[in-house]
Amino acid sequence: MDSTILLILGQDGVVNGAIYALLALSLVLVFATTRVIFIPQGEFVAYGALSYAALDQGQLPGSVWLLCGLGVAAFVAGVWRGRGTGGLLGLGLRTLGLPAVVTMAAMLLAPRRPGVAVEAVLALAIVTPMAPYIYRIGFQPLAEASVLVLLIGAVGAHLALTGMGLLLFGPEGSRAGGFSEASLSFGDLVVQGQAIWIVGLALLAMLALYGLFGHTLVGRALRATAVNRLGARLVGIPTEQAGVIAFGLAGFIGAASGILIAPLTTIYYDSGFLIGLKGFTAAIIAGLASYPGAVLAALLVGVVESFASFWASAFKEVIVFAVIIPVLLWRSWRAPAGEDEE
Amino acid sequence: MRWLAVPLIAGLLAGVPWLPGLPLFWVTLLNSIGIAAILVLGLVVLTGIGGMTSFGQASFMGFGAYATALLTTHGVSPWLALPAAILAAGVAAAVIGAVTLRLSGHYLALGTLAWGVSLYYLAANLDALGRNDGMSGLPPLVLFGARLIDPRLYFPVVWAFVLLACLATRNLLDSRVGRAVRALRGGAQAAASFGVNIFRARLVAFVYAGMLAGLAGWLYAQMQRSVNPTPFSLNASIEYLLMAVVGGAGHVPGALLGAALVTLVNDRLQDVLPRLLGAQGNFETIVFGILLMAVLQVAPEGVWPHVARLWRRRIRSHPLGVPPARAERLEVGAAVLEVSALRKRFGGLVAVNDVSFTVAAGQIVGLIGPNGAGKSTTFNLLTGVARPDGGRVRFAGRQLSGLPARAVARLRIARSFQHVKLVAGMSAIENVAVGAHLRGRAGALRGLLRLDRVEEAGLFGEAAAQLARVGLGACADRPAASLALGQQRLLEIARALCLDPVLLLLDEPAAGLRHQEKQALAALLRRLRAEGMAILLVEHDMEFVMGLADRLVVMDFGTKLADGPPAVVRADPAVIEAYLGGVA
Repeated sequence: MDSTILLILGQDGVVNGAIYALLALSLVLVFATTRVIFIPQGEFVAYGALSYAALDQGQLPGSVWLLCGLGVAAFVAGVWRGRGTGGLLGLGLRTLGLPAVVTMAAMLLAPRRPGVAVEAVLALAIVTPMAPYIYRIGFQPLAEASVLVLLIGAVGAHLALTGMGLLLFGPEGSRAGGFSEASLSFGDLVVQGQAIWIVGLALLAMLALYGLFGHTLVGRALRATAVNRLGARLVGIPTEQAGVIAFGLAGFIGAASGILIAPLTTIYYDSGFLIGLKGFTAAIIAGLASYPGAVLAALLVGVVESFASFWASAFKEVIVFAVIIPVLLWRSWRAPAGEDEE
Repeated sequence: MRWLAVPLIAGLLAGVPWLPGLPLFWVTLLNSIGIAAILVLGLVVLTGIGGMTSFGQASFMGFGAYATALLTTHGVSPWLALPAAILAAGVAAAVIGAVTLRLSGHYLALGTLAWGVSLYYLAANLDALGRNDGMSGLPPLVLFGARLIDPRLYFPVVWAFVLLACLATRNLLDSRVGRAVRALRGGAQAAASFGVNIFRARLVAFVYAGMLAGLAGWLYAQMQRSVNPTPFSLNASIEYLLMAVVGGAGHVPGALLGAALVTLVNDRLQDVLPRLLGAQGNFETIVFGILLMAVLQVAPEGVWPHVARLWRRRIRSHPLGVPPARAERLEVGAAVLEVSALRKRFGGLVAVNDVSFTVAAGQIVGLIGPNGAGKSTTFNLLTGVARPDGGRVRFAGRQLSGLPARAVARLRIARSFQHVKLVAGMSAIENVAVGAHLRGRAGALRGLLRLDRVEEAGLFGEAAAQLARVGLGACADRPAASLALGQQRLLEIARALCLDPVLLLLDEPAAGLRHQEKQALAALLRRLRAEGMAILLVEHDMEFVMGLADRLVVMDFGTKLADGPPAVVRADPAVIEAYLGGVA
């Protein structure tokens, strides 16, 4: 192996790691605020990528119909349980109005091929709201359930969304045009424009999350909910709202990650799961608790993956997931035995 | 009549698949249901009863199936491959369990998820295992000279193993080790205080579930006579978990019900959905995913409890035998517990500040004080739940501080809990029998094979005696959760007495008791004192403790205010000030 290959593998690792870092951050966020281990995160990556790719080809992505369906289901669930915040009108606007507007915009714009930026925004608008709808339908009623029950529910959502992905996008994979065809060279190292976009946007998103949590009321409310649900409710934070926001952010980050990687690799309806699982590996290494830890662990996962695919490509996935074994061993060493299972 | 059961069942198993009008396809389906049910039985023990979720159960099945394929294609008899398949899956489960089982539940679940995926890719890429194509051409199972290729001939084999697995699981759950596993969900801390090795109980459940999956893998490989990675993928694992959740993860029959329901629905959906949607693909996952989420919301206990409600449940009564011998008591007046300069701080707050006192055999000492005085923290330091930052606790001359709860129990120190910790799903007498855990020896294997009956009868004899002693003899077979709070406190005391303790630590035993119950409890404690037991009780009820205790230790803001006979303490100005406020 010479230094050029080393640089290329390192670059690949950092680019993938940036995506895993975004996913890991949102997984930590969702787990901390709702105790849901958000397995369907990967489906949001695939949905984002495939919706963007469809728009890029001038087609209406099938995901708009799922958005409308989930909106209606969330509306029915909201009415069934007694509206919660904002009254019937607010609920209607959020669950029926929004998908209608997004669908109409997509129908109007898709055939005109409005350019990369508009397509990306449109894909985000289609995919992101699905996450809060899913929270309202499936997880809000389970808010007091144990972590394991929530985890099983999340796996159910993953299963349903994967099947839906096959139905909406078909079994063929898609690849979209990039944000930038440019490439820069630094000596031996050639850096693709798309790679710069990915790392740059990932950094921006991390900074934005940092700002949100450190310096805004919403962010503080989310943190308070994460530390103590009951306490947060007692001081007047609507914890259900916190769940909706956390899911919304996770959906947004998932879809955005999908849009960013769509030009790099062919995405199939079920590709998201493995990508999301690598985000998980990073989040688990960070103990599902530390944000900077999750970012570092994600970079580690990305680099391990790119080197593994060079040396032993057939066993790439085996090696990547085996990374968590020493971490779990170490955690297990330090953990006190004998705590109660819920 | 019991000796008739075996040939009757055998005849039934051999006969069912030949029923006139039963299509061959249905027999195949029934075989699949049986194999799935065996694996799901393991999930019932692991997830529904032990509270641990595994998303990798199909990979243990894979261990069994691939072990079978490797051995039989190299000339080993399929029957000899059976123990090898179970062993392979069991060893894999032991290794994976040893790594993750100390961590809280969701780490285990996520760990099994990651392992499930990586084992799948490993099998799909190893040349020795035939990569994605897997291995085929396994020799068929031969029984009494017949090659069991016809599903109708294979049916009795599958369902005989299903019955055996159900029987073994029931035996295991109804044993000393089984009670430890059942206590994992909600009662782990209490069980540890009676000497249960929590980690080992988890490992037993995990390995047992893995071995059942290995057995299912062997049956699967023999039925298909070929293996490939797909049936052992993550999606398969999730489907098995779905079966457990739908059927009723907490009940043995739930495994059969869940396996049957999901397999049948799956078969129909695979037929109907592609036609309905006009495309090919595994669209049944949509329905299953939504079904899983809906079941969690609508019937989190699964379908079985709703079915079981249709007829009266027969309560299994436990035969009562001669209780195990009691160990020697200490001489009355001998120092049992010596606490000196005990200290615990939480951040800047000193919760227990250099507290010293002693408890002697045949003495009742009351630890009292206003809210926040540090009584409960002191209690937790003594019982190994929390570790002290300074000071010493000696028990009968031995160092006690810093020992874990399990080791504290070994020294014959028993306790009750301020917030009652009972296993809701177990009967009163079973909960009490957990207290006698250290007085039995039977392991998982003896329980599984029902060789532990004499010992079990002894433990239950002891449990029944202690239940009668606290006045709950009539409630023995009622679910613990159905008792009133006061009764649950008494149940905890009966459980503590089952340990045959030298020192009894009671955390607010009189809270929630009615007047007569309090008098009965006081009488019981006096009798125990007369027998030479040392008793330390934390109590809020002044009337109760004043009339009972030989000495009172009063705490306030983490410091000891007074220590002496009740009459003296009651007159102490510092105590009066702490309870009634300063004199205005």
